[in-house]
Amino acid sequence: MSKFLPLWPDQASTMASQVDALYIYLLLVSGVMTALIYIAVTVLAIKYRRVPGRDAQQIEGSTLLEITWSIVPLFVMMTFFIWGAVIYFQERTPPADATEVYVVAKQWMWKIEHMEGQREINQLHVPTGQNIKLIMTSQDVIHSFFVPAFRIKQDVLPGRYTTLWFKATQPGRYHLFCAEYCGTNHSGMGGDIVVMEPQDYAQWMAGGPSAPLQETGKQLFTQLGCATCHRFDVQGRGPNLTAVYNKPVLLEDGRTVIADENYVRESILNPTAKIVSGFKPVMPTFQGIVSDEQLNALVAYVKSLAQPPTGTAGLQNQPPTSPAQPQNTQVQ
Amino acid sequence: MASTVIPANQTLAPTPKLNYLNNGHTLKSWLLTTDHKRIALLYLISVTVFFFLGGFFAMLIRLELLTPQGDLMQADTYNKVFTMHGMIMVFFFLIPVVPAVLGNFLVPLMIGAKDLAFPRINLLSWYLYITAGTLFLHCMLTGGVDTGWTFYTPYSTVGSNTNVIEAGLAVFIAGFSSIFTGLNFIVTIHRMRAPGLTWDRLPLFIWANYATSLIMILGTPVIAITVVLVAVERLFHLGIFDPRLGGDPLLFQHLFWFYSHPAVYIMILPSMGVISELIACFARKRIFGYKFVALSSLAIAVFGFLVWAHHMFVAGISLYAAMIFSFLSFSVGVPSAVKVFNWTATLYKSSISYATPMLYAFGFIGLFTIGGLTGLMLATIGIDVHVTDTYFVVAHFHYVMVGGVLMGYLGGLHFWWPKISGRMYPESWAKLSALLVFVGFNLTFFPQFILGYVGMPRRYWQYPPEFQVLNVLSTAGSSVLAVGYLLPMIYLLWSLKYGPIAEANPWGAAGLEWQTTSPPPTFNFDETPVVTWEAYNYDEIPAPKQLEAPGAR
Amino acid sequence: MPDSQAIVMEHEAHNPALLHHFADAQQQKNAASLGMWLFLVTEIMFFGGMFCAYLVYRLAHFNAFAAASQQLSIGMGAFNTAVLIVSSITVVLAVKAAEAGKRKVLVGYLIITVLLGMTFLVVKGFEYREKFEKHHVPGSTFKFTDTFDDNGKQIPVNPKEAELFFSLYFAMTGMHALHMIIGCGLFGVLTVFAWKGHYSPGYFTPIENAGLYWHLVDIIWIYLFPLLYLISRHS
Repeated sequence: MSKFLPLWPDQASTMASQVDALYIYLLLVSGVMTALIYIAVTVLAIKYRRVPGRDAQQIEGSTLLEITWSIVPLFVMMTFFIWGAVIYFQERTPPADATEVYVVAKQWMWKIEHMEGQREINQLHVPTGQNIKLIMTSQDVIHSFFVPAFRIKQDVLPGRYTTLWFKATQPGRYHLFCAEYCGTNHSGMGGDIVVMEPQDYAQWMAGGPSAPLQETGKQLFTQLGCATCHRFDVQGRGPNLTAVYNKPVLLEDGRTVIADENYVRESILNPTAKIVSGFKPVMPTFQGIVSDEQLNALVAYVKSLAQPPTGTAGLQNQPPTSPAQPQNTQVQ
Repeated sequence: MASTVIPANQTLAPTPKLNYLNNGHTLKSWLLTTDHKRIALLYLISVTVFFFLGGFFAMLIRLELLTPQGDLMQADTYNKVFTMHGMIMVFFFLIPVVPAVLGNFLVPLMIGAKDLAFPRINLLSWYLYITAGTLFLHCMLTGGVDTGWTFYTPYSTVGSNTNVIEAGLAVFIAGFSSIFTGLNFIVTIHRMRAPGLTWDRLPLFIWANYATSLIMILGTPVIAITVVLVAVERLFHLGIFDPRLGGDPLLFQHLFWFYSHPAVYIMILPSMGVISELIACFARKRIFGYKFVALSSLAIAVFGFLVWAHHMFVAGISLYAAMIFSFLSFSVGVPSAVKVFNWTATLYKSSISYATPMLYAFGFIGLFTIGGLTGLMLATIGIDVHVTDTYFVVAHFHYVMVGGVLMGYLGGLHFWWPKISGRMYPESWAKLSALLVFVGFNLTFFPQFILGYVGMPRRYWQYPPEFQVLNVLSTAGSSVLAVGYLLPMIYLLWSLKYGPIAEANPWGAAGLEWQTTSPPPTFNFDETPVVTWEAYNYDEIPAPKQLEAPGAR
Repeated sequence: MPDSQAIVMEHEAHNPALLHHFADAQQQKNAASLGMWLFLVTEIMFFGGMFCAYLVYRLAHFNAFAAASQQLSIGMGAFNTAVLIVSSITVVLAVKAAEAGKRKVLVGYLIITVLLGMTFLVVKGFEYREKFEKHHVPGSTFKFTDTFDDNGKQIPVNPKEAELFFSLYFAMTGMHALHMIIGCGLFGVLTVFAWKGHYSPGYFTPIENAGLYWHLVDIIWIYLFPLLYLISRHS
C-alpha cells in the first residue's frame, strides 16, 4: 500500500479478497451505469440543444420501457444482494475451531485477553492461518472494532457480547480503529493488529504469563462461591454447568434459549431474567461485583466445561457444536 | 430585505401593481403575515443563515483535517464542530429547505389556491422553527453539544457532559415545525386544488411534496418522542436506553433511524420534484413517463419506511434481520433509478436551453447518479460492513444530500427567482457559480470515497499520516465549493435592486404559478384559474424569444 | 397582517366563519377535518414510539414488568377508564347538540365533558401520589422489594427492571395526562365560545374536531389501561 497516496487498502485476511472482488464487481457495474447516463445526458443535451425552428417533440412515455428499466436494474441489484449476503453470512458465522480472544473496549482503549492469559492494550497479536474469534464487550458506550486490512467491523456494545472472526493471511502491522463515535478521544482509540507467522507467534506467546483465562475463571468460580450451588457431582441448587455452552436450555416460563456467551453473561449479572426450568430464583446478582475482565474469565471457564471437571455420569460428552451453524464447520 | 426593494420596484415598474412584496412594509406585516409567500421568504432568510453557519463549521472541519495531527483545535472542540455541522445542516437546513422555502411559495400557486389550507399554522411552523433555531444557537453559544447528530445512546445519555437536552429540545421543536408543514401541504393538495386540476394533472413538484409530507407526518413524531426519552433518561437517570440500567441502546437506534432514514427522503424528494420542473421547462417537453415519475415519489416514501435498519448492519442486529433489511433497501433503488432514466429520456427529441437552472438539473443527475449507486453499494451488506462509519458513507450521503438536495434547491431558486423577487438574476455569474459548485463538490467529496474504502473512519479528529493527501484534496475542493455557494447569495441580493424586471413568465414555462404576475399578488390569482390542460403542455406555450435567459449580462 | 386582515374583513362580510382563502364553507370544513385526522395520525405515531419501547422491554424483562404491573391500582385505573368512556359519549352528544343548534344543551355537555376530564386527572393525581408514597417513582429514592404473585409465589425482581417499568409508566401516562390537560383547556374555550353562540348547525367544525381529538386521547387510554394494568394479572 502506497504510504503517500493509498488508493486501496491492504489485503491481510481471507475476507479481504472476497470483499474486494465484490467491490470491484460493484465498481464495474456502477461505472458502466454512470458512464451510460453521463454519455446519454451529454449526447442528448448537445444533439437537442435549442435551435430556432426546431421544436421539441412531445412523447408521452412508454410502459414497456418503464417496466424494462425497473426490472433489469432490480435483477442486477439482486446479484449485489445475494453476493453481499453470502459474504456477510460468512463474516457472521465464526468457524467452530476458531481461537477465542476476549476484547473489552472502554473510553478510549482496547483491552485484549488471550485464552492463554496474555493481555494486551491497543494491540492484538495473531498468527497467520488461524481462525480468530473475538468476543467483545464495552465498559461504557458503544465502540466499533474496525480493521480495514481485514475488511471487518463490528460494534462493541455495553451489557452484551458481540463477536467477530477473521483469518489473517499476511504478516504485518495493520490499523485497528474505533469506528463508532465514542467521545473526546474517539480518533485516538486505535492500535495495531500484529499478524505474525505461526512460529513467531508461538514464541511471542511463550514470552508472556501463562495463566489460561479459563484457569482464572475456575479460581473465580470457587472464590465467588459459585461452586457451592453449581455442583458437578450432585444436583445443587443451581444447574450443573457441564457442557451447557451452546446447548438449548428450557426455561421456567416455557421458552427455550441457546446458552451462548450472552446467556451465560446475563445469567451472572441478572440471574432472575431467565430461570432454568426446575430451579428457584435464588442466585444473587453479580452486577458490580465482577469486572468485565473477570466476567470474561468466568464465561471462558463455563465454556471450557465440555466435560465435567470431576466425573459426572449421564451427560453427553460430545464437544460443543453450534446449532446455529449450517456451515458444517469442523468440530474441535 | 424587502423593504429596500419595493421603492425601486415601484419607481421602475410602469404600473406599480399591488403584489405580496409591497402589500405592507412594516416589520409587523412580515412577522405576523399569514401569506404563504411571505412566510416562504422568512424561511428563505432563516435557512440561509443556518446554511452559512453550518457551512462555517464544515470549513472548520476541512481545515482541521488538512493535517493528520489535530493541531487546529482540541479534540472536544472538533467533536462539537462536526456535531453542530451535522445538526444544523440536517435539522435546520436540509429538512426545511426545499419544502419550507420553495414548497411554501409554490404549492398554493401551482395548484391555483389563494393560500395554504391553514395559513396561521403555517406561520406557527416558522415560529417553531425559529424557536428551535434560537434554542440551538443558545445551546451552541453556551458550550455546544458533542454527540454527533445521531444522538447515539448511551453516549448521549451518560457519556457526554455537554448540553444534550437543549439540543434535543431544539430538534423536538423543529420536528413539530416540520410536522405542521407536512400536514398543511397534504390538506392543501387534497382540498384546495383549482377546478379541473385533477391528480393526474398535478405538477411533479406537487407530487414530490405530497410524498415528502406523508413522511413528515408519519416519521417526525417518532423522532420527537425518541429525543424526549433521551432527555428524560438524562434528566432522571432512567434506564430506557442505557444497558447498565436495564435499557437497550439498539432500541434507540431503531427508533432513531425509523425517522432518520425516511428523513433522507424528506430532503431529497422535493429536490427531485424541482428537477422534474426544470427539465420539463428547459427541454420544453412533458416529462417522459409522467405517471411513473409521480408514483415513484410515493414508492420512495413508502419503501423509505421499510429500510431503516440498514444503518445497523454492524450494530449487533441479528443475521437474518440484516439480510431482510439489505434486501428491502434495494427496493428504494428501483424508483430512484426510474426517475433518473425518465429525466434522461425526456431530453430525447427535446429543445434544450442551457440556462442556469438547467445546468443545475444536469448537475443533479450527475451527482445523484453517483450518490445513488454508492447507496446500492452500502445496501450490499458484505461491502457495508467494511465501509460503514467511514468516509465512504460521508461521501455517499454528501453526494445525495449536498449534491442532490442543494443542486435541486439552487436550480429551483434560480428558476423561480423572477417569480419570488420580480427580478432576473445575472445569468453569466449564475452559470459560473453552477460550474464552481459542480467542480468544487466533486473535488471535495470524490476523494472521500477512496478515503473511506482505504479505511479512514468518520468523526476522526486526527488520522494516520497516509490519509493526508486525499484529505488535502478534499479541503482544497471545499474552498472552491464555498465560493460556489457564496456567489449566488451575493448576486441574488444584488439582483433585488439592480436585476432587470421579470415578466410574468420569463421562461415560457407551463404551470399555474407562471400565469400570475411576478411577483404574485397577495392572494396569488386575480381570478381562480380553471385548468383544462394536462401538466407540462409545452406544445401549447411558445418558447421565450431569447435562447438564453433574459437579462443575461 | 393588518393589510391582509383588511382584505379578509371584506370577505368575511357574508359568512363570518369562512376564511378568505377558501372557496366555500364546505371546502373549509373538509380541509379542517382532514387536517385534524392527519394530526391524529401524528399523535398515534408519537405514542407508537413509546408503545413500541414498552412492548420490547416487556418481552425482555417479563418477570419484572409483571411484578411491577401488580403494583398499579386496578380500581382507580378501571374507574378512570369508565370516566373516559362516559366522556366520549358526552362529546358525541355535544356534537349532536351543536348539529341541531341547541346551544344550551351543547354548553351543558361540554361542561360535563370538562368535568369528567378533570375527574380523570384528579384520580390520576391520587395514583401518582400513591407511587410517591410507595417509592415507585424512578430516581434515587426508588425502591422495589420482592413481591408475590396471586398464588403467593415469590417473584424475584431486579429493581432496575421494575424501575424501567415505572419509567415507561410515568412517561406514557404522563404524556397522556398532558394530552388530557390540553383537551380540558380546549373544551373550556369551546364552552365559552358555544355560550357566546359562535356555533350554528352550519358551522360547528371546531366542536367536531375537538371531539375527534378527545376520542383519540380516550382510545390511547383504552390501550394504556390493559397494557399497563391488566396484561400481567392472569399470568
